[in-house]
Amino acid sequence: MSDELIRLSAAALGAKLASGEVSSVEATRAHLDRIAAVDGAVHAFLHVEGERAIETAAEIDRQRAAGAPLGPLAGVPIAIKDVLVTKGMPSTSGSRILEGWIPPYDATPVTKVREAGMIPLGKTNMDEFAMGSSTEHSAYGPTHNPWDLDRIPGGSGGGSAASVAAFEAPLALGSDTGGSIRQPAHVTGTVGVKPTYGAVSRYGSIALASSLDQIGPVTRNVLDAALLHDVIAGHDPLDSTSIPEKWPSMADAVRRADVSGLRIGVIKELDGEGFQAGVRQRFHESLELLEKQGAEIVEVSAPHFEYAIAAYYLILPAEASSNLAKFDSVRFGLRVTPEGGGTVEQVMSATREAGFGPEVKRRIILGTYALSAGYYDAYYGSAQKVRTLVQRDFDAAFANVDVLASPTAPTTAFKFGEKMADPVSMYLNDIATIPANLAGVPGISLPSGLAPEDGLPVGIQFLAPAREDARLYNVGAALEQLLEARWGGPLLAQAPDLSSHELTATEEGAL
Amino acid sequence: MARAELMDFDKALELFEPVIGLEVHVELNTTTKMFSSAPNPANSQFHVADPNTLITPVCLGLPGSLPVVNGEAVKYSISLGLALGCEIAPSSRFARKNYFYPDLAKNYQISQYDEPIAFDGQVEVELENGRVFTVPIERAHMEEDAGKLTHVGGSTGRIQGAEYSLVDYNRAGVPLVEIVTRPIFGGEADTPALAKAYVATIRDIVLSLGISEARMERGNLRCDANVSLRPRGQEKLGTRTETKNVNSMRSVERAVRYEIQRQAAILAGGGTIIQETRHWHEDTGATSAGRPKSDADDYRYFPEPDLLPVVPSKELVDELRAALPEPPAVRRRRLKSEWGFTDLEFQDVANSGLLIELEATVKAGATPAAARKWWTGEIARLANAAAVDASGLVSPEHVAELAQLVDSGTLTDRLARQVLEGVIAGEGSPQQVVDARGLAVVSDDGALIAAIDEALASQPDVLAKIRDGKVQAAGAVIGAVMKAMQGKADAARVRELVLERAAQTA
Repeated sequence: MSDELIRLSAAALGAKLASGEVSSVEATRAHLDRIAAVDGAVHAFLHVEGERAIETAAEIDRQRAAGAPLGPLAGVPIAIKDVLVTKGMPSTSGSRILEGWIPPYDATPVTKVREAGMIPLGKTNMDEFAMGSSTEHSAYGPTHNPWDLDRIPGGSGGGSAASVAAFEAPLALGSDTGGSIRQPAHVTGTVGVKPTYGAVSRYGSIALASSLDQIGPVTRNVLDAALLHDVIAGHDPLDSTSIPEKWPSMADAVRRADVSGLRIGVIKELDGEGFQAGVRQRFHESLELLEKQGAEIVEVSAPHFEYAIAAYYLILPAEASSNLAKFDSVRFGLRVTPEGGGTVEQVMSATREAGFGPEVKRRIILGTYALSAGYYDAYYGSAQKVRTLVQRDFDAAFANVDVLASPTAPTTAFKFGEKMADPVSMYLNDIATIPANLAGVPGISLPSGLAPEDGLPVGIQFLAPAREDARLYNVGAALEQLLEARWGGPLLAQAPDLSSHELTATEEGAL
Repeated sequence: MARAELMDFDKALELFEPVIGLEVHVELNTTTKMFSSAPNPANSQFHVADPNTLITPVCLGLPGSLPVVNGEAVKYSISLGLALGCEIAPSSRFARKNYFYPDLAKNYQISQYDEPIAFDGQVEVELENGRVFTVPIERAHMEEDAGKLTHVGGSTGRIQGAEYSLVDYNRAGVPLVEIVTRPIFGGEADTPALAKAYVATIRDIVLSLGISEARMERGNLRCDANVSLRPRGQEKLGTRTETKNVNSMRSVERAVRYEIQRQAAILAGGGTIIQETRHWHEDTGATSAGRPKSDADDYRYFPEPDLLPVVPSKELVDELRAALPEPPAVRRRRLKSEWGFTDLEFQDVANSGLLIELEATVKAGATPAAARKWWTGEIARLANAAAVDASGLVSPEHVAELAQLVDSGTLTDRLARQVLEGVIAGEGSPQQVVDARGLAVVSDDGALIAAIDEALASQPDVLAKIRDGKVQAAGAVIGAVMKAMQGKADAARVRELVLERAAQTA
């Protein structure tokens, strides 16, 4: 029974909860048991709510028994990326500098999932302050890919993706600044969506780069992503950059799943050199399936995408250097006092020296430099111009096609340590995902199969014009149906069984 | 601290031309702060609050918190820009000014940099000697205030030598408008007075707009004064110093005067002026060196990505323009005629920077003459003694109440002065002070007659003189009675009664 519960999609679990076949307490207990069993090996969670989650579930069960009107995901457990602040729950953003800090307030997306009756299971691991593509930069140790525990689960949101792929949670919240939702989805065989910039409130999301960050769903299928998207999207008066207009239902777009006449543009620049053969193979097979279903596939060019990474690695560090200035030991988090005491500057300095990891320091230094007088125009200024050119590439492409498509990332999951010594090769992992963040447009990644050469999952990415998130759900759902028919079920059914790791987890007492 | 060598002011003016630039920070009195829903301590209803009680996650810069622009503050800023004769930018932007300091919760200040909301204005300023100046305004921009540090231990109250410091974030995020003038030339010997008159004019403007409490002693209005000297005949501007946070109008005048004299002494001695900030010391009447400041200070400004540009509609700007109060110069002419003051009387009030107080006092029920008498007399004297601005000492409503108590005969002038002291000491309204201290005039004739009879009986020679028609002799009896009544009697009434009793006992 317990194993059956954890393998249900969020939508299916929601239906069973609604019908009374299962209680939220049972569902939550099943997931907590699964976490206890496998998270010692996966390390997707930095914090698990435990009995408090059971209490929340019991409250939802009581409401249901009392006949309260509840949404489709009420009573469904959810994992929350540690980048989102949660009242009464630790929120570290993967950093030592926030160890032990308990926020006094909930991020708006967290408030919304609570209001939808969902049960927070805990906080998921991530690269420190969302800087990375592997979770190897987490101050609390890496998360392991459930498909191969020696490999990275992607990043920065490797914890959320792995928790979902390992059936520790039916769905999760992630954040995507340059691909931190979509690239982990790609390497873990899961679904991840970066909504239009401004679709989901950033209030309570510990900022990496304010103009690029966006919160979104991490799930095992497209419908679940749509249901969660519908819960978290919408205007928030606490975030000036959140879009005031109302949104159509993403779940309705999933139910449409009709690609006949849909024009899909294949981005020439993201389909060649640097992309693994198996990644490209599955990508083109997916396109063929869609074409057979009535979609029209055309090639488009985005000539400025090749400069996107360079621009991104100026804009992101510039904003991050300012956003991370608040971590100074004065009001919250770690405080390190130099031996024999010191001035406030010395305490701030010692705290930041001890509290930040090397990647964070690298980007703070880079960003500080890029904003400095005399360098601003050459670096930050030029990067903003490139950003405009990337946006124009999208405008030109979307004048001809409804959605764009590319592989989500160049390769399947790499092994731990493989790219730690070479930051630039790590950065190149996000080559296909970064342009969407620079332009503020939405993107989805869903599984397109296993690469024949290594048997690891790969993903396909669709991008749509800003505010046209529904198109992603429509095309994603259509492709998912076609692929699952071919595979005879979800791709994750082919993932290795992690239950053999239970003993290890218990022995290590990892929780 | 060693007092710097100063050159005689007239001598300094002979050798050098002073050029000043003034930056005035105005705390807006909106209900909530610039970027959060926290109550605004610059609004008088929230002025008294325990440390760190007027805060939200935004004020503390907690991880994940985001700013949201206060629409009221934007309207106030536009009104102020318009009153300063500025253009209002159809689109202006916030920027981050990055520097580490513990009173700055995010370690950056949200301010406006290359796109201020208001720019290119001018303000007419009238000096005490009647000279009228036009001060050019470069810009007025919106920003947030920082928190407040209290340095504990050490003797100076400054960070140097302190054992530890306390931070109060109540002030963090208070809406500010910073008004920056262009360099002001031609003030010559009037330059210190011009600086003071300019600040007084800004104060008049923000008070008439109702957008700030404008109490300098509370920091609602703060002035940084840039001063430089150039030798007569030289085109190039001299090196400037910036004296920070001069917090009363008289200090603005003194600080500018001091810097002119100090810089002149250095330059005449062959020295050079260091570009730096300087601190004004009210007690010694001197400035001291702060931190070096160069034009290359690197605050790594960049557009604030958490906020959208401020794009006020033309309709809103027109509406605010139509609602502007009359300009201070026009108002002065109107008030002078309404109050019926002579030139000298009106100048006296205007020079004291007390027009607004007077107007409010008259509005609260006092006659213009009584209002002028109190503000330019006893209140100004007490303010001067305490080295504070008169405007912060007592409210116009209380002054009006005091004047009415004198008019109605409840208080004599002498008693009223005691009541005023009580009001200033925070003992309550004038009536409350009268009640609590028992200061009202004794209007019970019975008590007075008893005292008079006793005085007459003890001074039979005086009684005889009065009976002989030498009424001026009554003075001695009146004095004795007033003394017996501890001053709480109306001397005119006592005199009447003395003459009456003297006649009766005949």
